[in-house]
Parts: sequence; structure tokens; C-alpha cells
Amino acid sequence: MALQSLDIARRSATTTPAPGVRQTTEVAKLIDVSTCIGCKACQAACMEWNDIRDEVGINHGVYDNPIDLTAKSWTVMRFAEVEEKGKLEWLIRKDGCMHCADPGCLKACPAPGAIIQYANGIVDFHQENCIGCGYCITGCPFNIPRISQEDSKAYKCSLCSDRVAVGQAPACAKVCPTGAIQFGSKEQMKDYAAKRIVDLKSRGYDKAGLYDPAGVGGTHVMYVLHHADRPELYKGLPNDPSISPLVSLWKGFAKPLATVAMAAVALGSLFHYVMKGPNEVSKELEDELEKEDAK
Amino acid sequence: MIRNPKDLQRYTAEERANHWIVGICFILLALSGLAFFHPAFYPLTQLFGGGVWARILHPIIGWLMMIGFVVMYFRFKALNRMEPADREWLDRVGEMMDGNDHNMPEQGKYNGGQKAMFWAMSVCMLLLFVSGIILWRAYFSFPVDVVRLGAVVHAAVAAIMIAMIFVHVYAALWVRGTVRAMVYGTVTRAWAKQHHRAWYRQVTGK
Repeated sequence: MALQSLDIARRSATTTPAPGVRQTTEVAKLIDVSTCIGCKACQAACMEWNDIRDEVGINHGVYDNPIDLTAKSWTVMRFAEVEEKGKLEWLIRKDGCMHCADPGCLKACPAPGAIIQYANGIVDFHQENCIGCGYCITGCPFNIPRISQEDSKAYKCSLCSDRVAVGQAPACAKVCPTGAIQFGSKEQMKDYAAKRIVDLKSRGYDKAGLYDPAGVGGTHVMYVLHHADRPELYKGLPNDPSISPLVSLWKGFAKPLATVAMAAVALGSLFHYVMKGPNEVSKELEDELEKEDAK
Repeated sequence: MIRNPKDLQRYTAEERANHWIVGICFILLALSGLAFFHPAFYPLTQLFGGGVWARILHPIIGWLMMIGFVVMYFRFKALNRMEPADREWLDRVGEMMDGNDHNMPEQGKYNGGQKAMFWAMSVCMLLLFVSGIILWRAYFSFPVDVVRLGAVVHAAVAAIMIAMIFVHVYAALWVRGTVRAMVYGTVTRAWAKQHHRAWYRQVTGK
């Protein structure tokens, strides 16, 4: 949800350009997994800024709480315990929308203007246009959007588009006590990540790297990972995410092609009628039957 | 009042009602489904009270169509068994399309084209139903890859189905004297003798 904007890069189910005269700097949130302490201040700040309270759930015996993203919990910390080189590593990843440069949700959405991508890279849901079909879930390579049980609208992290629009950092970045969540221009964030990676490598994490997957055109939420070669260690972060070929087929070239084919059959029928004329019952047969009746 | 008592009964009232229930459902489903298929058709959601209503109603109408079609399937399946004469008819469908149907092989109640259409529609209906259930997020939850496949199948089969219905409707309009069979049930003897001679002989005993 956001205000009227003049910096829209893409709009769902819309085939003409959206208002885009205003160009803004591409932004990014950088989540440095190596400095995250799992305090969940980001989760609390997200609830607070967006003014949404999820139901108090149950303890599942792990630190993950809530256990998954919901329509009311737009970010969750996912805790993974892995053994590396004989040592236990506690990998804590803040999960939420990645704000893909090539968003699968937006591609799949059939409702005009329900999903917006701003020039700054933020992918935002406009719930007032959402019809609740769930195609965004089908399109997303990261399993992020959730349909609300209460109003049947899809929800997810907005990257605090309302805060960013007025020059503020997202609530989670603002509140993070260790600086594990940074926010700025995408370029700045890449530079910052490069420094962190040098540091991590010097401390023995020779596979440390930046997670900015090219398969979705890069993301506007990036991770610094100690094990960038194995993102799946971090509670199933996809290794090489991309929009499923099935979604591309469904929402790509097949759509206009099928539309033209259907129109061609309808028009073909009309022209067949015009050119060949109707298939009438022959007069001969009718006369023949009449003669039989007269007998 | 029957125009001519010698006209032949082709469909009973129940068969006609059954056909039109399926037909009306299909039209509503095509209109609401196209709205989600391509943005160019999105305004069609207004016919249903907006996008949300179209999304809510589409699967419910789908259920109605499926129930109606299953009944229709069992009514007509025996009459649609493919026979050698049907294959010959299909091989020579070009002549028929050309408007020259005098030398076409003699046909029973349904010709090869109608039978092929019956079976193709049955397969499409089944695929639409199964993939439609998979896509119905309000009540079902399937693994995302299954849903993705379901979405492709649903859209592709629906496009094929819409094209087939155009052909079905056009064939009824093109062959004069056909629509009345599905509206008030009867056809003229001459119509039957010309288009479905074997059926004509069967019902008249001539």
C-alpha cells in the first residue's frame, strides 16, 4: 500500500506504461547474516511500524517464532543449526520478500495494479486491487506472499515503501541493534557487502559472498552469507532462484498467442459462412418428402 | 403447438435443459476465466461484480458445469462410440467444410466430427476440473510446482475448449435447421435425411 506515485517501473496485468516520469535511486536492504544475533527486534519493529499484530501462536520447540511467514508476519527469523568443520554454526536468516528485479509475483498477477514495482526496486502489493486468487504465490520463487484468512488479500513485506518514499530506512533496518540490517542505495550496499566479505574471508570463511541472485535479475534485499556457495544451508534459501518456466509459459508468449488463436477461430467461422454460405437442407429432399406425404 | 407433427424428436426436454445448464455455465466461465487470462479481458470481471466476485464465482460455476457435464456425458456417451464410417467421415471433412456434403458417408445420430468433439470436450472437462481444483486456493492447498503446472494446464485447455465451443456453435448455426433441435427438440425429416440418414432411417423405419 502506498500513495500516488510517479515512479512506477512496472504494474501488474497492465500492457501500457505506468506513470514513471520520476526516476529514483535503486535501493537495497543488506542483511548480514554473519552479524545477526537473532534477537527478532526486526520482527517487532515490522509489527510496530505496519501496526499489525499476528495471533499469538504456539511454541514449536525451536526458536523460529512464528514458525512461518503469515499475512500478518511479513518477516521471520529462521534458525538453522549446521555443523561445519566439526563446529556447530547457528545460521540465522531474516526471511521475507526479496524484492526481485524480475518479480515472479507481478508477472503472475492477473489484477491490474495489485502489484507495483517502483523505480527504486521495491515490489509492493496494493491490496485494494487484489482479488485474492493467489497467483502471486504461484509466481514467487521464494515462497513469500500469504493470503489472509480474514480478507482474502495477499500480503508480504513492503520494504517499508511508505518510509522509503520519505527518505527513511525500513523499520527493521532502523531497529537492528548490531547493524546486521543495512539500508541504502543498491551500489552502497554492494560496497558495504564487499567489505564484510573481505572481513569474513580473513576469518576463515573463504566461501563468504553476497546473495544477489541473477536468476531473478538481482534482488533489492541481499544477504551476506558465510557460505555463499551453499545458500540452502540457511533454511532452504534457493541456490539459483528464477521464475519457474511453467509460470513464464503461462504468463509469457503463450497468452497473446492463445488469444490470437481463439480470435482466429471465431473470425474464421464468420468468414467461412460469408464465403461458403450456409449448409441448407436441399429443396429436392424436402419436395421428395412432400410427395411421399401426398400419396 | 407442433408446427408439423411429422417432425422428428431429436432431444427430450431433459436433454435440452441439461445441455443449456452446461452451456450457460460455460459462457460464464469463459467470460470470467478470460478476465484472468489476459489483461485485455480484465474488464469482463465487471459482469460478475468486480474482480473479487469473479474470482469467488468462477470455481463455483465450474462445479455446476462439471456436474451438468457428467450427467450429459452418461446420457450421450453410447451414441458417440466411434465407428469406421465416422473415421471415413473425418477423413473427408474437407468436402463437408467446402459445403459439398452430398457424397459424405451416411451418418447415425451423430457424425464423426460431433463424436470427436464429444470425446475431446470430455477430456478437456476432466482436465479443467482437476486443474481447477488445484488452483482453488480458497479451499485447497497443493505443492507450488503442482499449482504451477495446474495453472498452465487450466489456461491451455481452457483456450482449446473455447476454440472448440466456437466451432460447436458455428457448426450449429452453419447447418441450417440445427439450432431448433437444442431449443425445442425437433428437426425436419428432410434435415435428418440429409445430415443423419442412418438415424433418419432408424427413427422413421424407412
